[in-house]
Amino acid sequence: MIKILTNALRFILLVALQVFLLKNMVIYGLNVPYLYILFILLLPFETPNWLLFILSFLLGISVDLFTDTLGLHASACIILAFFRTVIIRVTVQDDNYDSDPEPTLAIMGFRWFFFYGLTLTLIHHFFLLNFEVFKFSEITNTLSRVFISSLFTLILIFIAELIFFKKKERK
Amino acid sequence: MINLWRFISRFNAFFFLVIYLIISITLLIKNNDFQKASIYNSSNEVIGGIYQKVNIINKYLNLNLVNDSLAKENVLLHNQLKSSFLDDSLVTKIVTDTINRVKYEYILAEIVNKSITSRNNYITINRGSKEGIKKGMGVISSNGIVGIVWNVSENFSSIQSILHEDTRITSSIEGTPYFGPLIWEGEDPNYVTLTDIPNQLNLKPKARVVTSGYSVIFPKGILIGTVEKAGVKGEGSFLDITVKLSTNFYALEYVYVIKNNFQTEQETLEAANKESVND
Repeated sequence: MIKILTNALRFILLVALQVFLLKNMVIYGLNVPYLYILFILLLPFETPNWLLFILSFLLGISVDLFTDTLGLHASACIILAFFRTVIIRVTVQDDNYDSDPEPTLAIMGFRWFFFYGLTLTLIHHFFLLNFEVFKFSEITNTLSRVFISSLFTLILIFIAELIFFKKKERK
Repeated sequence: MINLWRFISRFNAFFFLVIYLIISITLLIKNNDFQKASIYNSSNEVIGGIYQKVNIINKYLNLNLVNDSLAKENVLLHNQLKSSFLDDSLVTKIVTDTINRVKYEYILAEIVNKSITSRNNYITINRGSKEGIKKGMGVISSNGIVGIVWNVSENFSSIQSILHEDTRITSSIEGTPYFGPLIWEGEDPNYVTLTDIPNQLNLKPKARVVTSGYSVIFPKGILIGTVEKAGVKGEGSFLDITVKLSTNFYALEYVYVIKNNFQTEQETLEAANKESVND
């Protein structure tokens, strides 16, 4: 029950942060960070696939409604959700599920979380920005935007994770 | 049958991916197909309302810049006042003006939401059909041109800004008869490209680029920006001119929507031309 409440709160908080604040943060006139994907990254391991996809779709659509891009963030989030299932299946053993309930930095350690965050952020940004531009002729420009945005997003993800990291250690 | 079910449940993530991706890509493509999804975008009353609340903070932070541009505009308007011209006539009488009719009216609107960084950018304002705004009207700010009204609800409307793939505003270089469409390449929100200008034109640096007045949307001579750099296209005989926009989209707070009182008349006439050619 607490888990559901935390995740619901995280959903609202991240969407609000994204559409009211982060949307307006521009680096080198190129792009903005997309921190809201942290919600999908932090869903518990035992989340069933059908729920994972519904939540990802809802998350994408909520951001879309505020940015006038219906379907854009939603499609990128769906692809992100799919690759999340792939990466988790490859890197986490099934029997660890009981002791490690959530894919957070505090529980899974720095190396695993860095790999997990980096891969998924790059995949999400790559599809998001390419869907937005929808032109192969601008690929170099788009790729540079993907890398700069990913870097910024990843830094923000780690800042967010470290804040909650301390809280859990004290317990 | 059981085998099929086993197959589907084993690769369920992939099937979810396909199903949801079809839904969201359909939405994405449909949304590009303008009006169909327009009820969901931010001219939607609820989201427009939320943005207006949040915008109170942003507005406060930008007050300096807004005051600055308003003061500049005040000076400009003062210069045009009758009282600032020397009046040496002795006779005064009331004249009923029957020749000059108002062609363009301006409606003031406040921005409640805007995007700058995407490939296709939109702006939402707090005026809608209630105030007489219609799809296709031109929008300017006190510094220059902003965009074209795209969707209208009762109290809000969204504007397709110059920083959009599909916006083509006919513009010309002041003092020359040449004109061409203005295109945004999608890189820097401060620069746009003016195309289709013949390359025999002797360009002065910092020449002013203004609206041409050949469309029904914008009056003639509204400032767009200044010429930054002119390059000749590969083999063609046309120049690609980089124009620095005079509108600062980052600091934009208030805009004017232009209402052309003769728009319907001009459009009906031009449509009649096309029909008589077809006959």
